[in-house]
Amino acid sequence: MGSRTGVILTGLIIGILALVLTKFGNPPNMGVCIACFLRDTVGGLGLHKAKLVQYIRPEILGIIAGAFVVSLGTGEFRSKGGSSIVTRFVLGFLMMVGMLIFLGCPLRVALRLGAGDLNALIGFLGLFAGVGAGTYFLRSGFSLGKASVMPKWTGAVMPVLALVLIVLFFAVPSLFIFSAEGPGSQHAPALLSLAAGLIIGVMAQRSRFCMAGGIRDLLLFRNFNLILGFLVIILVTLAGSLLSGSFKLGFNAQPIAHTEAVWNFLGLALAGWCAALLGGCPLRQLVLTAQGNTDSAITVLGLVIGAAVAHRFSIAASAKGVPVFGQYAVVVGLVIVLAISIIPHFRSLSVRGSETHAGN
Amino acid sequence: MQVIDARGLSCPQPVLLVKKAIDSNGDSEFKVLVDEMAAFENISTLARSSNWTVSHRRQGDSIEMTLRK
Repeated sequence: MGSRTGVILTGLIIGILALVLTKFGNPPNMGVCIACFLRDTVGGLGLHKAKLVQYIRPEILGIIAGAFVVSLGTGEFRSKGGSSIVTRFVLGFLMMVGMLIFLGCPLRVALRLGAGDLNALIGFLGLFAGVGAGTYFLRSGFSLGKASVMPKWTGAVMPVLALVLIVLFFAVPSLFIFSAEGPGSQHAPALLSLAAGLIIGVMAQRSRFCMAGGIRDLLLFRNFNLILGFLVIILVTLAGSLLSGSFKLGFNAQPIAHTEAVWNFLGLALAGWCAALLGGCPLRQLVLTAQGNTDSAITVLGLVIGAAVAHRFSIAASAKGVPVFGQYAVVVGLVIVLAISIIPHFRSLSVRGSETHAGN
Repeated sequence: MQVIDARGLSCPQPVLLVKKAIDSNGDSEFKVLVDEMAAFENISTLARSSNWTVSHRRQGDSIEMTLRK
């Protein structure tokens, strides 16, 4: 649920930083996007060959580093994990597929909405439906199980990897691939991006900011705290885009977006469903990874491999639309998530059944 | 007294378990074990909004919360 003031403040700062980063070179309506930036980073590492989206995004690394340092400071850093890791990997993978069909994470939904992109409204409805479906199963008793305490160093592996990547990015940039054109070539100065990431990491860790959690808490507890963050980002972006004259209301010719409503809806429905089952949106998964949660680290690796596969096999959408493999992937993904959601239900029924039988 | 062990569960399951206990109209007092500050804060918010009082003490890496109606 987070604290209301903390969430509002975090939303305010993320909204402003997104505007600043766009002003200084990040792609339009993409000041900060966890899905797009993970995908770019995967491309920057050479794990996919989509030439337009390859760049190590310091924002992502900064978010992990910021949340890592602050959680060490507050004593919240704790290594734990080991709950349904393969299922989490699969859900992370499918969450990324869904987001790359819509072209953005829940954070970018807010940025696109604030700038007048109505395709994001369809996406938001999909996200709402997806989180709603996941929440329904959570309420019915779905659980990925309990994480256990692990040796302290294990939780530090991913955060340290992020720190190493930051050092390498600045010290030996020739290791990485940089897009010469397309969204991957559009970026703010690296130090500014890193600083923004660090600030977002610190704020999101402290406030428990989560875009999917907002919808979930609203449905489960009638609690508005987290969804306020979503609204604040929309409002800040709206104000910023009106002031800068970039506000454009409508469906057509929106930056890095397509108009295929069915896929915008279903893509984010898939992502939202996964996020609800996993317990948080991609941003929250990065923050939890930073505070030692190896289950979230596995989820982030699922996101990473999902991005690589989506671009390697022509699944990811582009401004031109959703490729046919992408359409198949969303449908198959929804079937898999439905299966993951209901299989434990049947298992508990059969266990109860056998207990009854034994009792007789 | 009922003890809910919510350690190791992902968000929002700890809060869901507590909500179930609060809504069940059972015991007027129960304990919850959590190992995450986020879960601790969320349970506190839920309990207070349902007019339950919350006290807690640290137990190593966990927090033992006592909720009373």
